[in-house]
Amino acid sequence: MNSYDAIVIGAGHNGLTNAAYLAKSGLKVLIVERNPYIGGASVSRELHEGWIYTNCSYVSSLLRPEIYRDLNLAKHGLQVVPFGGGVTLTQSGDYLGSYSNDEARRREYARHSLHDADALDRFSTDVMRYCRFIRPFLLRTPADPTSFRPRDLSELFFLGKKLYELGEEELYEFIRFFTMSIAEFLDEYFECELVKAALSGSGLIGTALGPYSPGTAYVLLHHYMGDIDGNVGEWGLARGGMGSIAKALAGALQEHGGEIRTGAPVAQIRVRNARTKGVVLEGGEEIDAPIVVSNLDAKRTFLTIMDPKDLPDEVLERARNFKITGSSGKLNIALDGRPEFPQLPAGCPLLKGDLHITENFEQLERGYDDWKNGTWSKWPYVDMMIPTLTDPTMAPPGKHMMSIFVQHCPATLADGGWTPDKREAFGQTVIDAIATFSPNFKDLILHTEIRTPHEIEAEVGLTAGNIFQGDLSFDQLMFNRPFPGYAQYRGPVKGMYMCGSTTHPGGGVSAAPGTNAAREILADLGRKNITPEDFGDD
Amino acid sequence: MTDRYDVLIIGAGHNGLVCAAYLAKAGWKVLVLERSDQPGGAAITREFAPGFRVSACAHILHMLQAKVIRDLNLKAHGLDLGGPSIDTIALAEDGNHLTIRQRSIEGAQVTAAEKAAYAAFIERMERHAKALAPQLLKTPPRLANAGLANAMQLAGMGWGIRFGLGKKRMQDFLRIVGMNIYDLLDEVFESEALKGALALDAVLGSAMEPRMPGTVLTYLYRLAGGLKSTLTLPKGGMGSVTAALADAATTFGAEIRTAVPVERVLLEGGRAVGVVLAGGEELRALSVISNADPKTTFLKLVGARNLEAGFAHRIGNLRASGRTAKVHMVLNSLPDFTGLEQDALGNRLIVAASRKYVEDAFNHSKYGEYSDQPVMEITIPSVADPSLAPAGKHVLSAIVQYAPFDLKGGWDAHKDSFVERVVDVISAYAPDFRDKMTLVECLTPVDIEREFGMTGGHWHHGELALDQLFMMRPTYGTAQYRTPIDGLYLCGAGAHPGGGVMGAAGHNAAQAILAGDK
Amino acid sequence: MRAQYDKEHFRQHSLPTPFHPRLAELSQGSSWHCWKGHLSPAYFENVELEYFAIRNACSVMDLSPMCKYRIRGQDAEAFFDRMVTRDMSKLKPGRVGYSVWCNDQGKVIDDGTIFRFAEHDYRLCAYERQYEWLKISAAGFEVDITEQTEEIAALTVQGPTSFAVLNKMDLPGLETLKPFGIMHFPYHGGELMVSRTGFTADLGYELWVEASKALTLWDELFEAGRHHGIRAIGTDALDIARVEAGFIQAADDFTPANHTIRKDHDRSPFEIGLGWLVNLEKPNFTGRKALIREKEKGSRYRLVKLDIDGNKPAHASYIFHDRKKLAGAVTSAVWSPTCKQNIALASLEVAADHPLDDLWAEVYYQRELHWNRVWLRCRVQDKPFWNPPRRRATPPGLF
Repeated sequence: MNSYDAIVIGAGHNGLTNAAYLAKSGLKVLIVERNPYIGGASVSRELHEGWIYTNCSYVSSLLRPEIYRDLNLAKHGLQVVPFGGGVTLTQSGDYLGSYSNDEARRREYARHSLHDADALDRFSTDVMRYCRFIRPFLLRTPADPTSFRPRDLSELFFLGKKLYELGEEELYEFIRFFTMSIAEFLDEYFECELVKAALSGSGLIGTALGPYSPGTAYVLLHHYMGDIDGNVGEWGLARGGMGSIAKALAGALQEHGGEIRTGAPVAQIRVRNARTKGVVLEGGEEIDAPIVVSNLDAKRTFLTIMDPKDLPDEVLERARNFKITGSSGKLNIALDGRPEFPQLPAGCPLLKGDLHITENFEQLERGYDDWKNGTWSKWPYVDMMIPTLTDPTMAPPGKHMMSIFVQHCPATLADGGWTPDKREAFGQTVIDAIATFSPNFKDLILHTEIRTPHEIEAEVGLTAGNIFQGDLSFDQLMFNRPFPGYAQYRGPVKGMYMCGSTTHPGGGVSAAPGTNAAREILADLGRKNITPEDFGDD
Repeated sequence: MTDRYDVLIIGAGHNGLVCAAYLAKAGWKVLVLERSDQPGGAAITREFAPGFRVSACAHILHMLQAKVIRDLNLKAHGLDLGGPSIDTIALAEDGNHLTIRQRSIEGAQVTAAEKAAYAAFIERMERHAKALAPQLLKTPPRLANAGLANAMQLAGMGWGIRFGLGKKRMQDFLRIVGMNIYDLLDEVFESEALKGALALDAVLGSAMEPRMPGTVLTYLYRLAGGLKSTLTLPKGGMGSVTAALADAATTFGAEIRTAVPVERVLLEGGRAVGVVLAGGEELRALSVISNADPKTTFLKLVGARNLEAGFAHRIGNLRASGRTAKVHMVLNSLPDFTGLEQDALGNRLIVAASRKYVEDAFNHSKYGEYSDQPVMEITIPSVADPSLAPAGKHVLSAIVQYAPFDLKGGWDAHKDSFVERVVDVISAYAPDFRDKMTLVECLTPVDIEREFGMTGGHWHHGELALDQLFMMRPTYGTAQYRTPIDGLYLCGAGAHPGGGVMGAAGHNAAQAILAGDK
Repeated sequence: MRAQYDKEHFRQHSLPTPFHPRLAELSQGSSWHCWKGHLSPAYFENVELEYFAIRNACSVMDLSPMCKYRIRGQDAEAFFDRMVTRDMSKLKPGRVGYSVWCNDQGKVIDDGTIFRFAEHDYRLCAYERQYEWLKISAAGFEVDITEQTEEIAALTVQGPTSFAVLNKMDLPGLETLKPFGIMHFPYHGGELMVSRTGFTADLGYELWVEASKALTLWDELFEAGRHHGIRAIGTDALDIARVEAGFIQAADDFTPANHTIRKDHDRSPFEIGLGWLVNLEKPNFTGRKALIREKEKGSRYRLVKLDIDGNKPAHASYIFHDRKKLAGAVTSAVWSPTCKQNIALASLEVAADHPLDDLWAEVYYQRELHWNRVWLRCRVQDKPFWNPPRRRATPPGLF
């Protein structure tokens, strides 16, 4: 019984998606997961009794609706609920809110700058143009621009057509957008520092760059290109935490007969005669399969669970040079009650959304300088959520759970590796900063989980704790992701594939890489393509 | 006045002169109008103290296009490149300097493996640079709506890269072209001194630091501009290069008038028909070419109101805020640099001890401060060219970064302390430096803007960033040397392919104009 | 500007206009909708009755949500001349001009009316918000731009008895006011501005006062109109009248260019029937180069006024050539109660080889949940469907 048609290594959301499609196509599929639980970085864990921590990824927008629908994830228990709101608090006691009503949002901007209230329209329209351009590529395999195979040429033609459809001026603007820094990009629209800082966060999350670094405008797009029920750019909560996504995907996988083994770390992908034969688990157990799909990042896949002698030198070199920079940490906090932010008016709905405390580029850039100097930001960019304001399932009634994503936290520190003391100090920096705005915050804390890149790597297996499984820089996007020549989900060994965020279209809980990889595998097996197509124009 | 001239060129910078020479050579009646009292723009030799002369901005010549030298016969007009290529010496405080030559490195205990890696790296980068190089002397294509010839040029570029490089190298090219130099150098080298020195090449004259994506492209750009990798100190300073260009232009029949600042471009029915000088004098011609930077050209000489609003807005958004200063010093005698022979002082001395050093220097400039420990490119041109200083004495010329145009508190209040930092940093490498130097002149970006009319004091007339290059330089709608104003053209560094004493923009502008009508 | 809103603004998304207390008293249908952040009634009692106030007596509609900007400064004329497509040197003080303005690609950002109060003093009144575009357009001009949407209250008073009503309000000399003229009157320590403008192709005026005088104006106006059939109307009634007049509406008949996301979904002035507003002789205005190119190469679309057979309004219908080849789609359609005609505005793709004499609308209509499809013949009209002489008469009729 130790033989399968395909083995997927890692039960992250992409591994699960990939396995689900392979199983749905009729293959006998096994997914092996090192942790005793599934989900990878889409997990919900009860780390303090009564509290569910959505302890890695914490909000959802990128999950492709095509996959959601196609795999019947609703039937398998998934609900994604928009939360609305969001606010950036300033130390002077003011704030910039992101109201879900257009007029309220506009007035809120006008409260700071009438010019920027108008400019927000232009900004949104322009970003939406780029979103509309990029979305059809999420469920497609990138063309190899150096290849002359008909399929690559036809994909290149599709790309050319989409570019042409932008129109000449928009095409230039799009190229500019792709190459600019988020600060430069926002400077072309807005005059108010607070407005610019509030909008720039999406250009930085998960990225080891500052607002002045070229390439960060694209990162913003990466965070805007998802949608909730057609509202492009909107974010929501998976009810019960991001683990619900993994659970629903696992349900889909099992419905189609796929098997999941947890607590089964893979030691190596077995290769014989330049073909994959299966995997060997750390305990020595061998499992056979002609197809092995890795949901791990490219560095881990090629440098830890493959034998270097099975790989071309070029791949080893590319894997070593693969940029997967640690830049973020996470705090998950159980709260005894609702934290107060007295600078917000009573009854204001903004707290339900993402909360921020950085109010200008300089703070953000200095946070990045700290990172470059090998320490965590002294005034960190945080992306906070209190999901229990929207989702009552995550804490006992009246109690709250707080998820704090912390940007610019290095994987290794200038003065050596992470230690428990340093981890605590990092957590304290974040808590102190937030307490500046919330007088009762510290008193409400019942339990805190502090995760530096070190913990994220150790637990989830993301190298350096990089949430995208590889930097979202130009040299690692589209046909360069993860490496030039290996961007179509196939590994260098026959029968070996990659399906993680380390491949196109990159990080975020989109499930697109897993789906795209399944499409390629099925094509190689000569099986019918059962992966969904893009919904098209929206 | 009648249409005495076919074309008026605003500004006698090196590109204006190159453009003038080509057009005059083609039989056009050309008049060049220069605001200062000598031609050359920023590429002049400047007597900053009696008897002491130095190149005012760029001081090393390495990108002047061979085709331009040949076509305009510049050697016959007095161009003297001043001898063989100089070396780059990356200074180390302990005197253990790293010498970087065209194909080799030595010193600083670099290993044999590192030397081999350097040779391989340069070969790899030069191949990529060669794929770019042909584009430097061409008008950039438009991306759509521009006809067959344009589409052919675009296809040809792709084709050239694919076949010029081959599949594997093209993959490499497409990967690294968007990367930062910081990571790329890390992939290849061990020596931090070498990484620092090469990182400096990628950011010299720009508002970038080595970790910024796009810095591999600027590095390749520098290589593409000077494919032979020769660095020379032109005899008599950079002014001699523009003097040769001016001589060539006038020999071909162009006229150059100095001390005639152009007030504005004369427009009639939306078309450029001449210029109005500061005194009110009107000069007319069939076309007007501006060697001034794009912001000056469009916002001052033409005026935003005479442009369409979106275009004017884009010009207003161009990033052209310089962060490079130039420091000139009189040396009573040559200082004693730790670990350097006196005859080595004629080389290019750089202060960029590591990538982090460059990055730290840059960080200050993000917040409107000058670098606490600036990076520098230093030359003492009088070592090889005694004509630049009285006998026995010397001049030092240093490009110093980062010195932001909009310094917090203003330059008037902080220039002296900045110069002190520069002297301190040099003194770390030459302990007796303070005793040897006397007079100092410091040109901050504010001074450079005032002296040479370059907006923001930016040497390249606009940042060499990915979004301001090639078919987007200075911005789309005017990236093919034509402007939205009929009869008005660009020929300066604000146009493709940008700054550095290359002459390419002037050459390309002339070709584009000759290809059209007068 | 900042003082305009405080942190409490989120409690009410649509703000009351200065006339709101009166609107609320009269509104029987509570048909409030949000017009650029303001509460606006679609109707008060009945759309048809309100429509006939426009054509038969005197209608009053709250125009306050229109976006209003004051532009002052010595370059104001030059500024507008560069921004809009018309020759603004022809707009004299005391006059109003209708125009469109474009982006650099020659695509329409919005249309609106420009009021020239004095040599260097203008107001722009537009449907869409324009502050940022005005600021962008102001580079290089000495002009001062102020947003006045909230501070100026406005009513549009339209209909054959509108002059008779205003004539009772002590506005000396109003009878001499010609179409597109402006007059200023002292008003309770402030000023009332009256322009002979409107969106109905009937006799009519627009009244502009500072917000604090709004209720006084309303009350005095309704008192004056008591015996002249004065009636408050909502936006639905106006929408019928404006189609009869052949006037286009942003977001209905074209999408403003700075809101279009898809290629070719924007429109040039030529493509929405406003070529007559474009003066290509001007040496420079935003969009000029593109419009010259379009003139040479031809437009992609044209906007036509259609007289459609039968009585089934052709809302959102496809228009076909000869019932076969798709030609375009209806952008606005109404049954004209005055002309007793089935009318529409439609955007057609320009196909040179297709004459416009065989256009058909494919109309779907429903009767008790039963859907029917009919082909209705369409005829292109050059002139507005309704354009009575009383609209232009000066002095106007005292009906």
